[in-house]
Amino acid sequence: MSTQQQQPETQEAPEDPEMKGAESPVDEKEKEDGMIDQTAADASELEGKTVLIKVFRYDPEVEGKQEPRFDDFHVPFEKGMTVLDAVMYARDTYDSSLTFRHSCRQAVCGSDAFFVNGKQRLGCKTQIADLEHPVRIEPLPHQEVVKDLVVDMDHFYDQMHTVEPYFQDEDTPNPADLEEQRQSPENREKIKMSSRCIWCGACMSSCNIAAGDNNYLGPAAINKAYKFAMDDREGEAIKEHRLRILEQEHGVWRCQTQFSCTEVCPKDIPLTEHIQELKREAVKKNLKFW
Amino acid sequence: MYEHDVIVVGAGGAGLRAAVAADEAGADVALVSKLHPVRSHTGAAEGGINAALQEGDDWELHAYDTMKGSDYLGDAPAVETLAQDAPEDTMRLEHWGMPFSREEDGRVSQRPFGGLSYPRTTYAGAETGHHLLHTMYEQVVKRGIQVYDEWYVMDLATTDEDDPNDRECHGVVAYDVQSGQIEGFKANQGVVLATGGPGQAFDHTTNAVSCTGDGHAMAYRAGAPLEDMEFIQFHPTSLPSTGVLISEGVRGEGGILYNSEGERFMFEHGYANNSGELASRDVVARAELTEVQEGRGVNDEYVHLDMRHLGEERILDRLENILHLAEDFEGVDGLVEPMPVKPGQHYAMGGIEVDENGQTCIDGLYAAGECACVSVHGGNRLGGNALPELIVFGKRAGRHAAGDDLGEPQIKTGYGDDVEDETETELPVQPGSAGLESSGGVAADGGVAADAEGILQRKVETARERVDRLMDKDDGVQHAEIRAKLQQAMTDYVNVFRTEEGVKKALRLIRECREEYQDVYVDDPSRTFNTDLQQTIETRNLIDVAETIALGALVRNEFRGAHWRQENQNRDDENWLKHTLVSWDDGAPSIFYRPVILEGESKTYEPKERSY
Ligand SMILES: Cc1cc2nc3c(=O)[nH]c(=O)nc-3n(C[C@H](O)[C@H](O)[C@H](O)COP(=O)(O)OP(=O)(O)OC[C@H]3O[C@@H](n4cnc5c(N)ncnc54)[C@H](O)[C@@H]3O)c2cc1C
Ligand code: SF4
Ligand code: FES
Repeated sequence: MSTQQQQPETQEAPEDPEMKGAESPVDEKEKEDGMIDQTAADASELEGKTVLIKVFRYDPEVEGKQEPRFDDFHVPFEKGMTVLDAVMYARDTYDSSLTFRHSCRQAVCGSDAFFVNGKQRLGCKTQIADLEHPVRIEPLPHQEVVKDLVVDMDHFYDQMHTVEPYFQDEDTPNPADLEEQRQSPENREKIKMSSRCIWCGACMSSCNIAAGDNNYLGPAAINKAYKFAMDDREGEAIKEHRLRILEQEHGVWRCQTQFSCTEVCPKDIPLTEHIQELKREAVKKNLKFW
Repeated sequence: MYEHDVIVVGAGGAGLRAAVAADEAGADVALVSKLHPVRSHTGAAEGGINAALQEGDDWELHAYDTMKGSDYLGDAPAVETLAQDAPEDTMRLEHWGMPFSREEDGRVSQRPFGGLSYPRTTYAGAETGHHLLHTMYEQVVKRGIQVYDEWYVMDLATTDEDDPNDRECHGVVAYDVQSGQIEGFKANQGVVLATGGPGQAFDHTTNAVSCTGDGHAMAYRAGAPLEDMEFIQFHPTSLPSTGVLISEGVRGEGGILYNSEGERFMFEHGYANNSGELASRDVVARAELTEVQEGRGVNDEYVHLDMRHLGEERILDRLENILHLAEDFEGVDGLVEPMPVKPGQHYAMGGIEVDENGQTCIDGLYAAGECACVSVHGGNRLGGNALPELIVFGKRAGRHAAGDDLGEPQIKTGYGDDVEDETETELPVQPGSAGLESSGGVAADGGVAADAEGILQRKVETARERVDRLMDKDDGVQHAEIRAKLQQAMTDYVNVFRTEEGVKKALRLIRECREEYQDVYVDDPSRTFNTDLQQTIETRNLIDVAETIALGALVRNEFRGAHWRQENQNRDDENWLKHTLVSWDDGAPSIFYRPVILEGESKTYEPKERSY
């Protein structure tokens, strides 16, 4: 992932009639009456009004979009409206080429992590009413932009795969005997938060270290490893094997406890804490620092 | 062209399980999915997975509950297979590391669920599907199974004999969403469709936007019939703005439903004097809509679900997730306000007709998961029975496709000797084919069947031409407009309540959508990540699938399970203990029936009255 797409400063959409995205659905007069000012407004203030969203646009293939820009869309506000609802409305009503990933609309598929007003958030989980206006929507920073809000996730997946993200048992009873491995409720509770990760990539995108070191495993992958390493069912030998992967040069020791990952995680996973705990485990196990 | 032994289309719970099973059976297998696997909709399942694991429970009880829950429209061999295989397959998930909730002694927890005679719903918090999906994907990574993610499958490469029972499937045609490149995927042994539900045929659904019935439509147009499509489950508590599901757990814990007049209508208006809010899903959904229709809905649209009286402590302890959902998706704080809820499309009981081995009537074509109908759910699915279906029948389909001998199936597929012929019901319009864009049926290809590669190549060419045509067209109708109209028609007329007149209206509107679709075009000129193009193709699939749902709902003039009919509010066992099958012949649907199999391994499931 060497060719990172530079994202521009905010710019108004050019007055080019060819560019569908630049079309404004409300006339100027309406805009003045119905538009919200720059300050945060609460939901009741927004009722019956129009929200201005500024959406990042880029497409390597289409002449008018090769130069990154922001397009303005005016979206009628409805109670409960999320950032995802707003971009879907803009796409279905004004510009069908507006591109972003989304699927579940309920914060479980992890496909719509965007950079909204300067912070990594899930579009479907972010209420428009809670945001400052106008709302600026950009792709996740530090990832290559494929088109509009879509970023290349391959590097993120590769890092997830590096930590051997699958259960490795030492000796398993036969499932046909309906005999499960036993796990204490406490141990299950210990891994609970780490198991909630939806692979959205928000944490990785917010991390300064990951931005500077392309090989850094990153918070999501380390958290994934945490889930297995702390699961008593895998046994000690495999735990040690996992810690060895984690304490390598681009592993847990890179983390400088800046907490940015923890701050943005939509699943409230205490990522920084998990990373710290793994550092302690590595020390306890007397694994070499690299 | 890519080539593998087994190609699995779709990487939700069913597809991942099928891929692992095929891999274990020694096949070279590939997963082709329009979403990265962990984005699949299985991740949204909350409640749990039914399996008779404990002493005191056994598979026969599970089978019995399922037959009864199905309103006697389940096929006993399928239902018994589900109940027999679920325990071992659930345990296998545990051995693959799935973090199930635990009892003090370290065993997996199970809880009671609607319609079950034993608390056999095994769960992982309120995120069972998330854990199942991730655990299965981990196994795919572990085995190094090839995944083509963000590849959209457009069509199947089947031969074109007159009789679908004689056809063979040799692979699929897909395009790379990132680059727009269209390629053939040759399957030397079999193709398994695991593309999930068709919830997007409705305006208000708990389903993901990716649930567009692609597999249904592709199999249907290739000649495999769709079975029992009229049976759609509507969940009583979904959030009005988005359709996000509020788990049955809220009512389980004591949540109360109120109308706009503050009446506890389940009791006060006599919908369910015994179980009130905890009556079965179809009963509560009908009650809510009746309230709205009679002017006692809130904002003429929904009712209120109140859990404030449960107290903050209990809510935080057991329903924390619900607080987040109400807050995030509706902007409502469930601790201080009641939550707005209304019925939402939730699950499709019907699907591509398959036997217990996952096979359709087309040689080499399999289906599993929500897109398939082995007939385990019949007229009504019990909560917690979809997830075991994914792993049990996903596994069987994968193994059989990879060449494992699973024995002769008892369930038959395709048009044959045991079917009853066409319906007498008068159709309001001639459904089905409308011109060029709608073709793509088997017959349209013409010509003599070439070898597998030739067939695939021809399909690839057809797909390329179709895409070029959509992209080259400069103006016309956009899919979003047609899709919205279709969804509205289904929600207005093929919803919880169905009347003959209404369903006929729906069919006329669907016909209109089909005609408007002739003029559809893709505005986005880019080949890069063109979601406009993808959704345009999906919309065509939705039209086909919606039509089969409406046709089924029109011809079945009885009341069974989730299918309520104004004209006949009684179950009619004499005439309707049979499956509705819709097949696509020469570009138009035809309807036939197959009797339900009520004979199980050691007993026959006698239909009994279902009381509320
Ligand atoms: C909110 C909710 C809660 C639920 N809770 C429960 C529960 O508690 N217990 C229970 O038993 N059931 C539950 N269900 C039902 C159950 O979760 C689903 O039926 C099941 O997960 C469907 O799984 P699947 O593998 O068939 O499809 P999905 O998980 O939907 O996967 C479909 C796959 O197909 C792919 N795909 C689709 N079309 C194409 C194409 N054209 N080309 C390539 N790939 C394609 C997608 O990318 C995806 O990978 C719930 C359902 C919902 C909506
Ligand atoms: S840890 Fe949190 S922020 Fe990071 S990928 Fe997982 S869910 Fe997203
Ligand atoms: S759309 Fe699935 S997480 Fe937002």
